[in-house]
Amino acid sequence: MIPEIGHFLLWLAMGVALVIGTVPLWGATTGRADCMALARPGSYLLAALVTAASACLMASFLGNDFSVLYVASNSNTALPTQYRMAGFWGGHEGSLLLWVQMLVIWMVAVGLFSRHLPREVLSRILAVMGLVSVGFLLFMLLTSNPFDRLFPAPPDGRDLNPLLQDPGMVFHPPMLYMGYVGFCVAFAFAIAALIGGNLDATWARWTRPWTTVAWMFLTVGISLGSSWAYYELGWGGWWFWDPVENASLMPWLLGTALIHSLAVTEKRGSFKNWTVLLAILAFSFSLLGTFLVRSGVLSSVHAFATDPRRGLFILAFLTIVIGSSFTLYAWRAPTVGLGARFALISKETSLLANNVLLMVAAGAVLLGTLYPLLLDALGMGKISVGPPYFDSVFVPLMAPAIFLMGVGPLARWKEAAVPDLARRLRWALGVTVVAAIGTGWLAGSIHLVATCGLLMAYWIFASVATDLWERVNPEGKGVAELRRRMGQIPRALAGMMLAHIGVAVFCFGVTMVKTYEVESDVKMAVGDSTTVRGYQFTFQGVKNVPGPNYEATRAQIVITKGGDKVTELTPEKRIYRVQQNPMTEAAIDAGLTKDLYVSLGEEVDGGAWIIRVYVKPFIDWIWGGCMLMALGGLFAVSDRRYRRKKGEPS
Amino acid sequence: MFKALLRSLLLAVALGGGLAQANEAAPASADPVLEARMLSITAELRCLVCQNQTIADSHADLAVDLRQQVREMLQKGQSDQQILDYMTARYGDFVLYRPPFKSTTMLLWVGPGVMLVAGLVMLVLILRRRSRMPADRFDPDEPENADGSPANTPEHPAS
Amino acid sequence: MKYARFFIPLFIFFGLVGFLFKGLFLDPKEVPSPLIDKPAPAFALPLLDKPDTSFKRDDMLGKVWLLNVFASWCVACREEHPLLVEFSRQKLLPIYGLNYKDERVDGMKWLARFGNPYDGSLYDRDGRVGIDFGVYGVPESFLIDAKGVIRYKQIGPFTPEAIETKLIPLVQQLQKEAGHV
Repeated sequence: MIPEIGHFLLWLAMGVALVIGTVPLWGATTGRADCMALARPGSYLLAALVTAASACLMASFLGNDFSVLYVASNSNTALPTQYRMAGFWGGHEGSLLLWVQMLVIWMVAVGLFSRHLPREVLSRILAVMGLVSVGFLLFMLLTSNPFDRLFPAPPDGRDLNPLLQDPGMVFHPPMLYMGYVGFCVAFAFAIAALIGGNLDATWARWTRPWTTVAWMFLTVGISLGSSWAYYELGWGGWWFWDPVENASLMPWLLGTALIHSLAVTEKRGSFKNWTVLLAILAFSFSLLGTFLVRSGVLSSVHAFATDPRRGLFILAFLTIVIGSSFTLYAWRAPTVGLGARFALISKETSLLANNVLLMVAAGAVLLGTLYPLLLDALGMGKISVGPPYFDSVFVPLMAPAIFLMGVGPLARWKEAAVPDLARRLRWALGVTVVAAIGTGWLAGSIHLVATCGLLMAYWIFASVATDLWERVNPEGKGVAELRRRMGQIPRALAGMMLAHIGVAVFCFGVTMVKTYEVESDVKMAVGDSTTVRGYQFTFQGVKNVPGPNYEATRAQIVITKGGDKVTELTPEKRIYRVQQNPMTEAAIDAGLTKDLYVSLGEEVDGGAWIIRVYVKPFIDWIWGGCMLMALGGLFAVSDRRYRRKKGEPS
Repeated sequence: MFKALLRSLLLAVALGGGLAQANEAAPASADPVLEARMLSITAELRCLVCQNQTIADSHADLAVDLRQQVREMLQKGQSDQQILDYMTARYGDFVLYRPPFKSTTMLLWVGPGVMLVAGLVMLVLILRRRSRMPADRFDPDEPENADGSPANTPEHPAS
Repeated sequence: MKYARFFIPLFIFFGLVGFLFKGLFLDPKEVPSPLIDKPAPAFALPLLDKPDTSFKRDDMLGKVWLLNVFASWCVACREEHPLLVEFSRQKLLPIYGLNYKDERVDGMKWLARFGNPYDGSLYDRDGRVGIDFGVYGVPESFLIDAKGVIRYKQIGPFTPEAIETKLIPLVQQLQKEAGHV
C-alpha cells in the first residue's frame, strides 16, 4: 500500500508544481495579487507532498519491501541499516527523487527567507523552480518510477553495490545534490530578473548568499567524493577526470565565477550581463551533468543504468529549460544597464579576468569530456580523452587565475595602479619564491613542476597575509589596536581570505603528494618487512573475518619508525555474499603531514602476499583545503549584511 | 650444541638488535625498474574491458595479459613509442588516454588555448569600448571608502 | 543586428544538443577495429583436436573465410552458437573457430555439447593471437577475404539480422571479387 501512496503523492506533487509553475508567473505579469499569493504556500504544499513520497520510499527500504522493484535492486536484508537508507539514492529512480526532494527544500528556504522580496520577484522565482520540478517529476512518473512493483516479490534483494556500502555513500550524494540543485535558486533569480526587467545591484545582493551556500554544498560534495574514491578504490588515486566527476567540476567552476561576478555586480552594478549568463550557465551545467550520467552517451564508472528513452526525455527537458533561458537572455540582455565605470586596471577587471579564466577552464573540461562523442557522432573514429589530456590543459589555465587571486583582493575598486600593487606585493613575491624553493630543498629534491605548484600555493598564502596585515597593522599603537582592527574585518572578507587559503592548502597538498609520494610493491611472507621513507612495515599474517554481509581476509601490518611503534593497519580483501564481487579495502593511517596507505593484493605460492605500501605526504591537505574553502563560504554568508536587525519589519 | 645456539643468538643480535627478526621483503616483481616503466606506460592506456580504468590498474584478464606483453616488449628493448604503436595498431586510438595529435584531434588540443585567447581578447575589447563611452551611460559614482568600496553598504539585503 | 552576439550562447547550445541527440544512438563502449581493410595478422596455431598440427594464416589464401573467437567459459557464445551452427549448414564459406584462453579439453567438450559449425578450431591458449587481432571480448568474428585482408569484424555475438544483412551480402561480394561463385 505504501508504495502506491508514494506514487499517488508524486502525481499530486506534479499537479501542484504545475500550478505553482504557471499561475504565479501569470499573476506577476498581470499584477494579480491572488495569483501571486499562491507561490509561497504552494511551495510549502509541494514540499510536504514530495517529502511524504520520500518517506514512503524510505519506509519501503527500512521495511525490506522487496515487492518494490527499486528496493529489490538496491537492498538486501543483511545490508546494514544506514546503507539501506542510503540505498534510497543508490540507483537512478531514487536519485531523481532525491533531486526533487532537494529542490523542494530549497524552495521552502526561499519561501521562508524572502520576506523582503517584492511579490512579483518571489512569484517568478518560485514559479521557475516549480517548472523545473515539473520536469523532474514528469521524468520520474513517465520513465523512472521508484515505486514500480515487482511480482512475484523475491525473498531477498540484489544488495547495494558493495562499492557503495560506505559512509561516503551516506553523505556524498545528498551534499552534491544540495549543490547542484542550489544553483537553481540563482538561476531562478536570474530568470525572474530578466523577465521583470529589474536586473540591478539589489538583485545581485539577494542572489549572492544563496549562490554561496549552494557552492559550499557542492564543494563539500565533490571533496567527499574524491576522498571516498581515495580510500575505497584501493590504489590511492583521488581524481580520474571521469565524465561524471567532470560533470560536477564544471558547475563548480562556473559557480565560483558566479560568486565573484556577483561581487562586482553587487558592489558596482557592473557586468550584469555576464553575471546573469553565469547564473544561467551554472545551473545549465548541473542539468547537463544529470543528462550525461543517465543517458548512456558517455561511458563512466559512475553512470546509472541507461535507457535511450530516458536519455531522450532529459535531452528534451534540457533543451526546453536551457534553450528558453538563453533565448530570454538574448532578448533582454541588451536592455540591461552598464553599471558604474571602472578603469582598465582595477579590482573589477581582475575579477572579470578571473571569470574569463574560470569559464575557459570549464569550457576546456567540457571539450575534453564531450570530444569522443563529437568525433563518434561525426563518424570520425573513436578516441579516448583521459587524465593526461586534462592534467596538461587544466593546470596551465588555473595558474593565471591563482596569480590573480593574489592581486585582486589588494586592488582598489574602480581604479588601481600597477606600481602601487607591485610595491605592496613585493614582499609576498619574495617570500613565495624562497618558500617554494626551500620546501623542495627540505623535501630532498627540487623539481620544476613541483616548484610551480608550490609557487602558486605560497603566492596565495603570502598575498592573503599581506592583505590581512594591511588591514590590521596597528601602526605602532600596540596589540589592543591589532585586536580591535581584526575584529573589524567583516565576515565576508574573512570568508574570502579563508576560502583563498583553502585553495592554497589544496594546491600545496596536490603538489606535495604528486611529487614526493613513494610506493613499494612487495611480496611478504609472515615476518617480512619493508621500509619506506623511514617507516618499517612488518607483515604479521592474515586471518579470515566475517562481516555483516561479507567474508573478509584481513592482513595485519605493524608500522614502526626508529623502533617505536607508530600504528597497526588491517587492509582487507572482501567477498560480498550476495553479489559475489571481490573488493579491496585499503587501510590508511591518516596524518597531518602524510598518510600511510597499505593495500592487500593477491596471495602467491608459499603463503606470501603481494602488498602495496604508500607514503603520501600532505595528501589530506587536498580535502582539508576544500573544507577550508567551504568554511570560508560559511563565514561569508554569516556576514552582518545578511542577518536581519531585530525589530525589522518583514 | 650450546655453542651453535650461542652463535646463532649472537648473529641474531648482531643483525638487528630487535627481538623479532624481520626479513626484508622481496619486491613483488622480478625487476622493479622494468616494472615501474611498464606501469608508467600502461597508466596511459585504457583497459578495453573495464573501460574506466587504466591497463596498469585493471584486474581484467586482458589487462593482465597486456601488462605481461608490455613487460616482454620492454625486455626486448622496445621503446615507449613502439609499445604505444603496438597497442594502437591492434585497438585503435581508443586505447590511448592521451589523445594523439591528428587532424581530427587538432580542435581538442588547440581548443583551450584558442578559447583563452578569444576570452581575453573579448575582455580587452569590451573594456576598451566601455572606456570610450560617455560618462552618462554609466551609473553615477557613489561615495566610497578608502579601498574604493561603496561607503553606504546597507545593513540588510532589502534597500 | 547589433545584438546578435547575445544569441551566441543559444547557438552553441543548439549545436551541442544536436551532438548529444546523435550520441543517444551510439554506443560509447564499442571499440571499432583498426584492422579493417588491413592484412590479418600472421599466425601459426595448432588445431584444437590435433595438437601436432600447425595452421597458418597463409593456408587460407585464395579463400574467403570467417574466424569466430569463442571459449567454453563465455556465456554469450552459447547464445551465438546455434546461429553459427545453422549458418554453417548453408556451406557458404569455410568457418574456423579460435578457442581463446581455454583448456583444450574444455573447448572440445563444449563443441561436442553445443555443436561444431567449424571446419576446424585453432587453439590460442595464451591469447596472443587474440591480442594481435585486437580481440577484447568474446565472442568476436572476423571476415577475411581471399587476399588475407580483414574486411569485417563482428563485435559481440552475431544476431540473425547481422548474418542476413551484413555477413551474407559481404561474403557473396568478396567471393565474386575472388572469382568464384
